[in-house]
Amino acid sequence: METKETNKEALKGGEFLIKESSSDNVFIPEEFNEEQKMIADTCRDFLEQNVLNRLDEIDSMQNPELMPKLLEQAGELGLLGISIPEEYGGFGKDFVTGMLSTEVLGAGHSFAVAFAAHTGIGTLPILYYGTKEQKEKYIPKLATGEWKASYCLTEPNAGSDANSGKTKAVLSEDGKHYILNGQKMWITNAGFADVFTVFAKIDDDENLSAFIVEKDFGGITLNPEEKKMGIKGSSTRQVFFNNTPVPVENLLGKRQEGFKIALHILNVGRIKLGGAALGGAKEAITHSVVYANEREQFGRPISKYGAIKYKLAQQAILSYATESATYRCSQDVENAINAYVESGMSKEEATIKGIADYAVEAAIIKVDASETLDYVVDEAVQIYGGMGYSAESPVERAYRDSRINRIFEGTNEINRMLIVDMLLKKAMKGELDLMGPAQAVAKELMSIPEFGSNDGDEFEKARKMIKNFKKAILMIAGAAAQKLMMQLAKEQEILMNLADMAIQTYVAESLLLRVEKLAKIKGKENILEQIAMMNVFIYDASDIINKAGKDALAAFAEGDELRMMLMGLKRFTKHEPFNAKAARRVVADKLISENRYCF
Amino acid sequence: MKILVLISKVPDTTAKISFTENNTKFNTEGVQFILNPYDEWYALVRGIELKEANGGSVTVLNVGRADNDPIIRKALAIGADDAVRIDTDDLDALNVAKQIAAYAKDQNYDIILCGKETIDYNGSQVGGMVAQLLGLPYVSLATKLDLNGDTATLERDIQGGSEVIEVKLPFVASAAKGMAEARIPNMRGIMAARTKPLNVVQPVDAANATEVVEYSLPPSKQGCKFIDPDNVEELVELLHTEAKVI
Ligand SMILES: Cc1cc2nc3c(=O)[nH]c(=O)nc-3n(C[C@H](O)[C@H](O)[C@H](O)COP(=O)(O)OP(=O)(O)OC[C@H]3O[C@@H](n4cnc5c(N)ncnc54)[C@H](O)[C@@H]3O)c2cc1C
Repeated sequence: METKETNKEALKGGEFLIKESSSDNVFIPEEFNEEQKMIADTCRDFLEQNVLNRLDEIDSMQNPELMPKLLEQAGELGLLGISIPEEYGGFGKDFVTGMLSTEVLGAGHSFAVAFAAHTGIGTLPILYYGTKEQKEKYIPKLATGEWKASYCLTEPNAGSDANSGKTKAVLSEDGKHYILNGQKMWITNAGFADVFTVFAKIDDDENLSAFIVEKDFGGITLNPEEKKMGIKGSSTRQVFFNNTPVPVENLLGKRQEGFKIALHILNVGRIKLGGAALGGAKEAITHSVVYANEREQFGRPISKYGAIKYKLAQQAILSYATESATYRCSQDVENAINAYVESGMSKEEATIKGIADYAVEAAIIKVDASETLDYVVDEAVQIYGGMGYSAESPVERAYRDSRINRIFEGTNEINRMLIVDMLLKKAMKGELDLMGPAQAVAKELMSIPEFGSNDGDEFEKARKMIKNFKKAILMIAGAAAQKLMMQLAKEQEILMNLADMAIQTYVAESLLLRVEKLAKIKGKENILEQIAMMNVFIYDASDIINKAGKDALAAFAEGDELRMMLMGLKRFTKHEPFNAKAARRVVADKLISENRYCF
Repeated sequence: MKILVLISKVPDTTAKISFTENNTKFNTEGVQFILNPYDEWYALVRGIELKEANGGSVTVLNVGRADNDPIIRKALAIGADDAVRIDTDDLDALNVAKQIAAYAKDQNYDIILCGKETIDYNGSQVGGMVAQLLGLPYVSLATKLDLNGDTATLERDIQGGSEVIEVKLPFVASAAKGMAEARIPNMRGIMAARTKPLNVVQPVDAANATEVVEYSLPPSKQGCKFIDPDNVEELVELLHTEAKVI
């Protein structure tokens, strides 16, 4: 019954911009239950016993059997079926538990990518869109790892513009098969996949359709492995279809529904990428702090130096913030799925809808998490100094492996544009009232500023600041939409600015809600480091939002209007003097004394 | 075949150790606890293997409070059939052994296994004491355990070689590295663990025979000093006055 209560209170996707949340309604990772922790431990044990001890061997690609074998071993433990319903051979666990396993295994470098591709974009199209027969045929084998899956959307000339693919499907004369022809590129797990979800256009359709293609259908050839910057142990190959006959019953979903399927699956992939990146970040932080404590220069461990403390603190602050957003959103998705199921929807349909509701947040998490990870591994290399540049150090691999996350599952540019685009579309469809609050903010600008009191504890202050961040976004987005109308979509720089503002705001708010809830559970005096992280993040966010806002405003407004909005922006991103150095030291000192990522 | 495996909870090896109450109590604040590796990797897994080969059941037993339940359920997730927790704390080895013996004496276990030691106190006492209290034979530090009808063959490492021992069931043994391969709990096991019985029983009256007077941490690692090979006198001097080893 409790979930129902929270459901009513929980915000719908995108609503974070115009409404406040209560910390009672967010899920925080400190609340994982015993079973979830045990599953996380199993994932960690699996990594340590099978993956982390042979990263060089995996990346060398000398043994093509190794990665499929590792997936099978993960399958034996049940790790490939965590989120698959029990009727199809899985364990029917909720979205948050699935996210947790993705996070822990996310520290597994190339294996993490193979795992995510198999369980995510490989398995989910069939699970969510398959007929009963299709699911019965494929899902149990994918859940155990007996069969491995991959997802073929991208083509040499169709990357970000995925719907422009040229792969063709034509019905055979006897009407029993679609004959598939085309070339797919950058296909993860291609080297050993048994099942491919392939997107192709039937005849001269405008939109893609999706097909379940087995390796043994015939007419499938692969190019050699791509030579990549990172995740070198993950199989990435081109896949050619040359008159491949696909039985008509292997059309997935309806004709021309493929593009929609692809987009929905990417929504899941994006939020899951948040979890995976987080796992990698925590691992790199632990390497960083252990090394900083060991390495001595000028007679002391380098972790004693403020410049290094800054890096360690910043790594942890960004990761903790990303984690707050990732699990807040995961639970919101889970609640939405449950609500749809209760209203009579099938689990699959409910899952698709539940995730689609939070597509804005998923895109935010994808961008934020991948950029957090890139910051973390970059500073990890820096903390290692020359050793960080050596292929023998663990952070060198982490640095190379991180980079892909800003490219796949929709590049970060595409995701930034989507964040703003989806918000504005929701507003136009009447699902999200952006214009009302935007006008209220515009009105507020004309009135005498209400400075209010500076009373209240750190949470009250943080809440006020975040409320103002939202006003800044509403003011600028509202004015830009009004002024530029349809032109706005072409002014990508402004879209990027708005997206950055939204990302900072959502993540900052998630962090605030988490720390506030944690204070209720543990008492403020026991979470000083977390409070410090919150304060630093929000302090930084106000400057990031201010800069992005200024850039955006000056790009479309001028004269008095510009001046007035700049004043408003200044008001909305104002912060009191704050000793960020001292707060970062609190965070760094805890890491240094624990000698690992410990939050 | 009824097998009992004794399990205990220990601080994770990376835990930071500190003490309270005038260095007489271990400070558990912020410490992560795990199932004692010797119990888990060797005793429990070998117990489960024997059950899988011969039929029967594996019960795990822990002496401790409800905050031990997570490690007990981990043992269930790995494959024990049921669990018993004797609800008490702060006991010394003899008292723990008395609690176990009081529970086990009417249960007719064929084999009682424990780890060779816990990784915190390294006492290696409970197994032997339980055997004594139950009047059973005890084989310590076994690296191998095979069954042949009602006889077990155990191997143990001794100075410069190994020793093979035969013992009739029932008996008690402590398990050392080599007896089995660690098992990672799988999803099925984790989910089944929730519904397996965990029986909480009350302790019997028994007093501690020993008392901890004080804990102290080992001296922190000193840096390495290099002394010129020509300076043997300085070396001797330092070994005598600083390191105090000669
Ligand atoms: C290691 C790896 C594994 C992959 N695995 C898979 C897989 O399993 N299955 C699969 O289908 N695909 C996979 N991909 C493909 C991946 O999803 C694409 O690379 C990605 O979508 C980008 O497409 P692209 O490479 O064609 O880049 P492009 O689309 O050419 O983009 C180039 C640059 O232009 C920008 N850009 C593009 N369009 C716009 C626009 N409209 N406005 C502004 N900027 C724009 C992009 O942000 C980017 O910075 C994988 C890629 C890699 C590298």
